Order: sequence, then structure tokens, then C-alpha cells
Amino acid sequence: MDIFLQQIINGLVLGSIYALVALGYTMVYGILGLINFAHGDIVMVGALVALTVVSALGGSGLPPAVVLLAAMGAAMIVCIALGVTIERVAYRPLRRAPRLAPLITAIGVSILVQYSAALVWGKQYISLPTLITPSEVAVAGAVFTDIQGYIFLLACGIMAALLLFIKKSRIGRAMRATEQNPDIAGLMGVDTNRIIAFTFLVGSAIGAIAGVMVVLYYGLGHYFMGFMLGLKAFTAAVLGGIGNVAGAMLGGLLLGIIESLASGYIGDLTGGVLGSNYRDIFAFLVLIGVLVLRPAGLMGQQVSERA
Amino acid sequence: MYFAIAAVLVALPFAVDAALGRTWVRIIDVALLFAMLALGLNIVVGYAGLLDLGYIAFFAVGAYAYALLASPQFGLHWPFFAILPLSALIAAFFGVILGAPTLRLRGDYLAIVTLGFGEIIRIFLNNLNRPYNVTNGPQGITLIDPLQVGGASLAKTHTIAGLTIAPVHSYYFVFLTCALISMFMSRRLEDSRIGRAWVAIREDELAAAAMGINTRDVKLLAFAMGATFGGVAGALFASFQGFISPESFTLLDSIMVLCMVVLGGMGNVAGVVLGAVLLTALPEALRYAGPLQQSWLGAVYIDPSDLRMLLFGAALVLMMLFRPAGLWPSSIRRRELAAPREPGGAEGADVAR
Repeated sequence: MDIFLQQIINGLVLGSIYALVALGYTMVYGILGLINFAHGDIVMVGALVALTVVSALGGSGLPPAVVLLAAMGAAMIVCIALGVTIERVAYRPLRRAPRLAPLITAIGVSILVQYSAALVWGKQYISLPTLITPSEVAVAGAVFTDIQGYIFLLACGIMAALLLFIKKSRIGRAMRATEQNPDIAGLMGVDTNRIIAFTFLVGSAIGAIAGVMVVLYYGLGHYFMGFMLGLKAFTAAVLGGIGNVAGAMLGGLLLGIIESLASGYIGDLTGGVLGSNYRDIFAFLVLIGVLVLRPAGLMGQQVSERA
Repeated sequence: MYFAIAAVLVALPFAVDAALGRTWVRIIDVALLFAMLALGLNIVVGYAGLLDLGYIAFFAVGAYAYALLASPQFGLHWPFFAILPLSALIAAFFGVILGAPTLRLRGDYLAIVTLGFGEIIRIFLNNLNRPYNVTNGPQGITLIDPLQVGGASLAKTHTIAGLTIAPVHSYYFVFLTCALISMFMSRRLEDSRIGRAWVAIREDELAAAAMGINTRDVKLLAFAMGATFGGVAGALFASFQGFISPESFTLLDSIMVLCMVVLGGMGNVAGVVLGAVLLTALPEALRYAGPLQQSWLGAVYIDPSDLRMLLFGAALVLMMLFRPAGLWPSSIRRRELAAPREPGGAEGADVAR
């Protein structure tokens, strides 16, 4: 029983990170109908910037919280600049081109960002200097660290704030209008170009925070880490119903739980034939299953021929 | 005219060998293999318009089928001409089972799901070394039998009429034959009833179905046909290299084949072959970039293999922005991609999303 609870807790923490990354995918898909392949790599850049800042300030005697905030701020600034530039340079000129074109461009941008990062940071794994020693919290036989707790709470806070923002604010309303129909929204006085750029800005900023969380969670960064993370987050977005912000959150948490339960139990269930080295397969299986059985996802509306 | 082309193609490996060295003959061999692969992907992406990001999986299936049946791994040494059709069949079978669940999906979703399938196959190849050792895991399979044609092994150097024919030369002729057959088949398919059905589905699936095309069967056929090309290329690759491992079948390889198709010109056989040759030769030429940096700038700032990937990424983006139809586009594709730019164009209205 405590193993079960343990896996659920791990899944929730990991899932909250997936959910944050998934928000970036789902918002862009909602407005542009484009899978922004480069989003996972933006998260990667955020993670590596944060690692650099922490390494630089780690020995300066500043309190850990200040160092972390500085890292997060730097990561957000770099990611926002990157995300908005990508939108302006690579995606905007192709907005009315046939579907295949922006998708291939997105793949190209993703490769560019990855290997530019490899040039800047090298190809080796970069580890996080010990900044804070996590203290452990035990609940009913399961153990988690306070850092994991903070990650989960912060992620939930960001998601709640985003939902509120989209629902209540003026810009949020413009975002929803653009999502429904960019042309009509333009006629109603919405500057759709600015709204789309703003969507990339918000997605990249949240992605940067997710990147910092990944670094804190695993203690490692790598130029290729955005690929798997991005795929899983995309799966989460599809699971929740792509284009649906609340769905991305639900999908992220669910995927995290599914993945940690599945990789925790697969060895026992199959008598050791399949081990936890198959853990990355589950995300793909979930993705394929959802797309085949219920393409609209858990919370999405049935849209015909959009996919 | 044809005679002249044939003479050039026959003389090419020997001329290249004399001028640039044997490494470049090997590069030409690899380019021919990739041309076959790209032609296969062109059927799926270029003709039928189904973006497949896991295409390298079929290459892997063909390669592993050959490797398992003709290596000490299981002690089997089947003859090449028995395995080749078999690996083509196995790859086609995989094409159908991976294609079937994706029939209802279009565009981006299809791309992601095929990407997932490609990764799943690679993860299995990597991990199927226990509890029963099937694929030998990350170490891969070594000592794969070379090609045998009429009792003569292609792995040995032969001398015919004073001409030294090294293994790379013999393989060149085998690969050239296969690539030419692939080109011929692609051209014939393009103008066939099936080929037109593929193009119709690419343009408008609903209209194609209304015209009486069985979209399910025709799409599956595109997957199977594309996979067959990949499977045959994979079997040839395994015999040529003598060694394969899951390392050779990553997502980046899928993307590279896609680059060849896109760069050359989707849907146009000659363009696709051009793309394959360019993108195989370019990375090799970039090997000189390391020493060049050393001599000009005093140090190697950009690793040539990274430089290659950076150029790939940039090429994909720039091609889509400035020349979306490719270097050597098919005439239909060119018209289609030019149309939406015109105000009031027939297609302009409904491609906004």
C-alpha cells in the first residue's frame, strides 16, 4: 500500500511539471492549430539557463531562495525572448500556408534550438550544485521531499492563476476570441498578431518555470532533455483535450500518475520480463490510445476534421 | 542519351575512386541507399500527404530481419535472395499494422503518432535482449553475412579483366540497380490509378471518398508500399555494414530522410533523389569543416556533426519560408503551394487554420 501511495505522490509531482509544459502546447495549438515542436526545447533552454545562474551565484553566499528566484527570472527572460522570436520569424509568415509547412518548420526550429544549446552548454549532462538540502516529509508510509511539495504547490498556483487570467481579464477574453476565429476576432478590434505573440510569451514563461522545476527535481540538465519532456507534455495536452487549458492540467497530472504507476508495477506484473526501462513507452501508448479511441481527449469537444 | 547516362553511371565509382578515394565511393553507396529510403517516404508523404515521422522504423525492421536471419546471432545463414523478399514483406506488414490505427488521424496528430511508433520500435530493439536475447540490445548484431550473388561474395575483392572491383564497387552496382528499380516503380506508381488516388486523398480526402476511392485501403497501401521500400533498403544496409544497432534508427534519422524529401521536392522522384544525394554528401563534406576552422580560426569552435544538425534545422526552416516546394518541385506541388498567396484564390479561403 505504501508503495502505491509513494508512486501516486511521485506521479503527482512529475505530472504537475508535465502539466505546466503541456499548457504551452495546448495554448498555441488552440490558437494556431500548430504543434509547436520547439516548446520542449524552450523548456530545455530555461532549465540550462537556470543551471548556469545557480552555478554562478551558488558560491556567492546569497540565500538559496534569492539564487533560485534569480535563476527563475533569468530563465523566464531568455525563454520569453526565444519563444516570441520563434513565433515572429518562423511561424508568423507561414500562418496561411498549407498545414505541412509550419509543422516541418517547427521540427526545424526544434533541431536548431537543440544544437544551438549544445554549442553553448556542450553535450554533457550538467548537474545542479547543492543549493538546499531537501528535508523529507513522511505521510502514511510514503516519503516525499519538501522541494517536491513546493514544486507541486507552485505548479497548482500557476495553473489556477492562468485559468483565472484567461477567464476574467481583457487579454484573456481576446485570447479566447482569437482561438474561436482569428478573422472575426480581428474584425472585432482584437490585434490578433499581438494576442498570438502574447500567447507564446505566456507559454514560454510558464515553460521556463517548468524547466527550473525539472532541474530541481532531477538535479540534471542536458541539451536533449526537451525532446522526451516535450513529447510527454504533448501527450498530456492531447489526453486532456488539446486546446483546452484545464484539460492540459488534468492530462498532465494523469499522465504523471499513469507513468509512475506503470513503471513501478510493470516488473511485478510481467514477472520481470519487461522492466522499468520501458517507462518511456507508456506515454506513447497513452497518446496512441487516446488519439485512436477518443481524439478529442478527456475534456475537449468533438471537433470534426480539425486534427 | 540513355547510353551516355548509363556509361557515366557505370564509370562513376571507378572515377570517384581514382579522384577522391575509396571513402567517397562508400558515400555514394550510402547515398543510393538513402535515395531508396527517401523514395519510399516520398510515397507516404509526397504522394499520399501522410506525414510520417517514424519512417526509419521500417528501415530498422528490414535491417533486423536480415541481420537475424543471416548472422551468428541465431546461427542462421539464409541466402540473400530468400531474405530480401521476406524482409520486404515483414516491413510491409509492419507498415499495415502501424498504419491501421492512424487511419482516422490527419496532419499533425498523424505525425506525432508515427513518431511514437518509431520510438516504440527503437525502445524494443534496445531492450529485447532479455529475458530472451533476440536483438542483442544496445550492442547490436555483428558479423552479418555479406551479399552473395551467384556464389560470389560481394565482401571480397574481385578482379575482372584487369579492373579491381572492391566490395564498395560491387555494392554500388547492387544499390544502383535497386535505386533505379525504385525510381522506376515510383514513376509508374505516380501515374497509375493508385498513385492518382493517393494524390486525390492528399488534396481532399472527403472529395476523394466521394469519388469512390476506398480511402482506408488506399492509405494502408501507401503505408505498406512505403514500408516495403524501407524494408528492402534496411536489408541491403545490414548486409553492406555487417553490423547494426538501435543507434542507427533514431528519430533524427527519420527526420533526415524527411529532410531529403522536403529539400529535394516532395512528390517529385528526381527531386527526392537529388535531396538524398545532397544530404548524404553534405555531412561528409562538412568533415573538412573541422580542420578548416583549425587552420583559419585557430581552434575548432563548432563540431562538424553539430554543424550538420544546425544546417539541417536551418535548411528545414528556410526551405519552408522561401521555397516550400523544394529545390526540384513537382509541377502540381508548385502550383498548389503558390496558390494560397493570391488574394481570392480558390484555396485561399479554407487553409487559414
